[in-house]
Amino acid sequence: MITRFVCNGQPVEVETPPMTRLLDVLREELRLTGSKEGCGEGECGACTVRIDGVPVMSCLVPVAQVAGCNVQTIEGLAGALVHPVQAAMLEHGGAQCGICTPGLCMSAAALLEENPHPSVEQVRVALAGNLCRCTGYQKVIEAVSHALVDTGE
Amino acid sequence: MLRCEAPVYRPRTLTDAIYARADMPDATVIAGGTDVMVYLESGSLKPTRFLDLWDCSGLRWQQFITGGQFCGAGLTCTDAIRSPQTHPLVREACSTVGAVQIQNRATIGGNICNSSPAGDTLPVWLALDAEFELASMRGRRRVPAASFWKGYKQIDLRPDELLVGVLLPQTTGETHFRKVGTRMAQSISKVIFAGRYRRGVEARLAFGAVGPTPMRCREAEAALVAGRPVDEVVALVEAEITPIDDVRSTADYRRKVAGNIVRRWLASL
Amino acid sequence: MYGAPLTKLWNADPARPGRVCYPPPQMSIGSSPPRRDGLSKLTGRALYADDLRPHRCLYGATVRSARAHARIVSIERDPAFDWTGVTVATAADLPGPNVVTLMTDDQPILADGVVRHAEEPIALVAAPTRERALAAVRAVRVTYEDLPALLDPLEAEGSPVQIFGNDNVFKRIHLVHGEPSRVTGYLIRGRYRTGLQEQLYIEPQSMIAAPRPDGGVTVTGSMQCPYYVDRAVKRMLGHDRVNVVQSVTGGGFGGKEEYPSMLACHAVLLSRLTGLPVKITYRRDEDLRATTKRHPAVIDLSTLVSPQGELLELHARIWMDGGAYHTLSTVVLSRAVLHAGGPYRCPHVNILGTVVATNTPPNGAFRGFGAPQAQWAMERHLDRIARVLGMDPLAVRRANLYREGDVTATGQTLHDPGAFAVLDAAEAAAKAPFRRKTLRPGVTGASMKAGRGVALAWHGCGFTGNGEAKIRGKVGLEVHGNELLVLSSSTDIGQGTETIFPMIVGDTLGIAQDRVTVAQPDTGRVPDSGPTVASRTAMVVGGTCFKAATELRAKLEAKVGPGSFDEQLLRWRNLGLADPTHESTYEVDASVVWDPDTYQGDAYPTFGWSCVIVDLRVDEDTGEVLYDRVVTATDVGRALAPVLTSGQIEGGTLQALGWATAEEVVLGANGAMRNDRLTNYIIPTALDAPEMVTCLVEIPFAGGPFGAKGIGEIPMDAPAAAVAQAIEQAVGIVLDSLPMTPERVLAAMGAR
Repeated sequence: MITRFVCNGQPVEVETPPMTRLLDVLREELRLTGSKEGCGEGECGACTVRIDGVPVMSCLVPVAQVAGCNVQTIEGLAGALVHPVQAAMLEHGGAQCGICTPGLCMSAAALLEENPHPSVEQVRVALAGNLCRCTGYQKVIEAVSHALVDTGE
Repeated sequence: MLRCEAPVYRPRTLTDAIYARADMPDATVIAGGTDVMVYLESGSLKPTRFLDLWDCSGLRWQQFITGGQFCGAGLTCTDAIRSPQTHPLVREACSTVGAVQIQNRATIGGNICNSSPAGDTLPVWLALDAEFELASMRGRRRVPAASFWKGYKQIDLRPDELLVGVLLPQTTGETHFRKVGTRMAQSISKVIFAGRYRRGVEARLAFGAVGPTPMRCREAEAALVAGRPVDEVVALVEAEITPIDDVRSTADYRRKVAGNIVRRWLASL
Repeated sequence: MYGAPLTKLWNADPARPGRVCYPPPQMSIGSSPPRRDGLSKLTGRALYADDLRPHRCLYGATVRSARAHARIVSIERDPAFDWTGVTVATAADLPGPNVVTLMTDDQPILADGVVRHAEEPIALVAAPTRERALAAVRAVRVTYEDLPALLDPLEAEGSPVQIFGNDNVFKRIHLVHGEPSRVTGYLIRGRYRTGLQEQLYIEPQSMIAAPRPDGGVTVTGSMQCPYYVDRAVKRMLGHDRVNVVQSVTGGGFGGKEEYPSMLACHAVLLSRLTGLPVKITYRRDEDLRATTKRHPAVIDLSTLVSPQGELLELHARIWMDGGAYHTLSTVVLSRAVLHAGGPYRCPHVNILGTVVATNTPPNGAFRGFGAPQAQWAMERHLDRIARVLGMDPLAVRRANLYREGDVTATGQTLHDPGAFAVLDAAEAAAKAPFRRKTLRPGVTGASMKAGRGVALAWHGCGFTGNGEAKIRGKVGLEVHGNELLVLSSSTDIGQGTETIFPMIVGDTLGIAQDRVTVAQPDTGRVPDSGPTVASRTAMVVGGTCFKAATELRAKLEAKVGPGSFDEQLLRWRNLGLADPTHESTYEVDASVVWDPDTYQGDAYPTFGWSCVIVDLRVDEDTGEVLYDRVVTATDVGRALAPVLTSGQIEGGTLQALGWATAEEVVLGANGAMRNDRLTNYIIPTALDAPEMVTCLVEIPFAGGPFGAKGIGEIPMDAPAAAVAQAIEQAVGIVLDSLPMTPERVLAAMGAR
């Protein structure tokens, strides 16, 4: 089946069975390997992408469900520059081994675009679906709390 | 990445969906996919075809109606958390489901029909005397939550029927929700409790993850309404539930916690 | 003897004579530049093993034992399955010895005739798609004849079931020091237990083997120790046309120390049979069931203590479960024995440790490497002493903490021990107020009891005794135009190797650190710096980077005279010489004395010290523990890049909290992990993690670069015991076994 959607601003067309996981379409068909598979059951969040701005686990989304949608992956989070979340993560040491980092950035970006000045508790809730084994989350939370997002105000 | 070749039908309207369901009673119904995709990847689901309700309009809304409130089966947990119309118990339950990414896809209807005994919202429907509205080509019918879950993963839903939504009657009394899971998020329940109590009038003590289905402790409820001491009510709760040992917890723990939650709540009233 | 300044290396005090150093105009050490691999990881461009897809790559998968201990009667292919394009490999297809080369030769690459643990690899398949490979695995039929299985480590010695040697003992270590006490005191005994723990790197194990044009093979994958893999593959193949490349690695924590050697042998075997590249990436459930875990331990402690709480004698009996094969069990036990007394002096010590074989999946390296188990026991035992004597737990610790000049159980004299320094720092930091974490939705009306716990730990940095002398780790430096390249097999698995090596080299040469980069570890290109383990990378290999840079300078100076590095380089080139290169070997202080037979001498070059203060609340109704704040103070020697240093400590601390209250491996009747999913092997989320206050205490170690000590593992040592003490304070229960799950907390509260 052919599925058409917009991925990181570009219209794309993929031919796969409709129940193919979005994660596999991104990684195998579109060669966007920034979204990672850590568990394949929606627990670790390493595959987090945004569909029409909303963060989701791409291992739990059949590609048929993104037909006509805007999908954003870590590769499309920022243009030529880096997103404020990425800059803050770099500055505060929020990335270590890096395997969970793209997913964390996607969740954090979604939070900050909606709520540019979240409390620490709100940051924790927003990131609770992204397991990280390296950082203890401390520096990730510091980074997200300090990321200055231009909300266009 | 298990490859699944099964076809998917994606109706856009409820009418289409109901027609489709009549044509394909063997199909696996999928909405947000947060359960179905897990079963598919683990190999435990062997589907022939899918009926995908994610983009089906007419399921994803809620509103107040005469004598209560209607919640569409396609409401996601996030929809429910954010809507000011949502009943506080429903909101609390939805906010304990998985984490943000899961809440953004998981639907109320999916939670109800997946019918895991540990489904986070299920005791809430019991506590609020909810009725589930089921639709088919033959028409619509309503089933009280209390009789919907008939056994482990067995529900009162015929092969040609779809769950359209939940009717919440206007209810009174104090309410309480408590989920005890494996951790603070991304957690499967060890015990879930939803309670509603109006002194001397009515009581609902509903649990999940302590038996093959979500359940009400009816004897304990009766004792509570009759003004029996809290210890007696708790003892009845502990006697009525039928928890098991599994990899996540133990029957003893679940029983003790269920009693403790009820005791704490009743003592606070 | 360690402890005296190694004047040949960088000296933290520039006023001291006899040093060779070239202070740069602006030091990068002590600053925190963005990590080198940060941007590529943050933008998703970093390529991990499973992101690579060589042309015509096949997918490999593994047929595993369903039995704990059995004879393999037959391995058959289901005739109903379409085997077109599928290759199957068994032990019979191996070109060389059926041995995963590590310390002993007991572990086969593929089981041959007998399986000794559930999930043991029996056969391999390769197919054009993952789906086909997994289907083929299911179509391989193995028939077994069951043998009696030994699952309880306490029954291993003397069991009729033989797994290793005649007595199932991988190693016995007996350490005796000092004379028995002449005075009497209180005899206090206790038994302490710890359970299995999974490393749970978020990137599952993954390895690719690809044929080389010269008939050799290139192995690329997720790993900590490229030269372990290199040696294992070369031995299996019987030739040297092998190079091993580390791809960006998504966490290791010890779990990618020795296990990747087996996985690489599997991928190489399939690649050899098919002539094509083969990738094996484990699914999470397979990774959880099949790969190594932290050794479980049972530890009996018996102490003689004075009425003032001073330790007079310590008798320890340690049993560890190594699983069915040796892996690194001997060394894990060694570290457990050497850390069993904790950071406390005791005039007479008698420690007997045994690590045994059972029919369970092999246990292996995991951050802390035996020390966390041993120190859990000792810290809990000090709390027991406090309870018996009616003393404050901290007072008992103060009465015994190591002081300057104290002698350890191995006879090593301590210089600048940091025990009191970290205790003072943690206590000072813990005075600051903190905000209790709000309860998340779904948890209202709970009754929470607050408690605070304090625990201390020490951790030997680097290899034990003369380990470094055996390894002789090397580092190369190459000048390419204006830039320098560091050649080392030390891998960056998240801790920041790629970032700190250039800082060390840059500062030593007096040039900007961003002119220095680290080459991708490839055994065909980089020398063997030793494995990325044992809190040795910054201290030992970083020290070798320092030495290489110093020697490179000396080389230039000998030829072209003094000057800045750039002036020297210019004059060097003006002589028409090719860009200089240099390779250095880590040099162990010749005065180090270590006797591996008596376990006496200088056990470690130096020790790190840590103190942890945990504030938590216990839910009286559910036994759940909610972490509010954790203060850690750690003697790191010198924080080379403080953000990276504290990042290591915070991550290790949360891993330790997971071990304390959440992480439990549930074994089935066949000894395989039952909770093999992330839904039921529970690691902490951002909502479970506490606020962390991380104090870096710097007591420089003259043998480390710029004074740095190893810090990778010490954060794992103390937190669990601090948690237990805090729970005890909060709700008055005593727990001496890990993990302290809500089920166990509640049961203990009920039994009060």
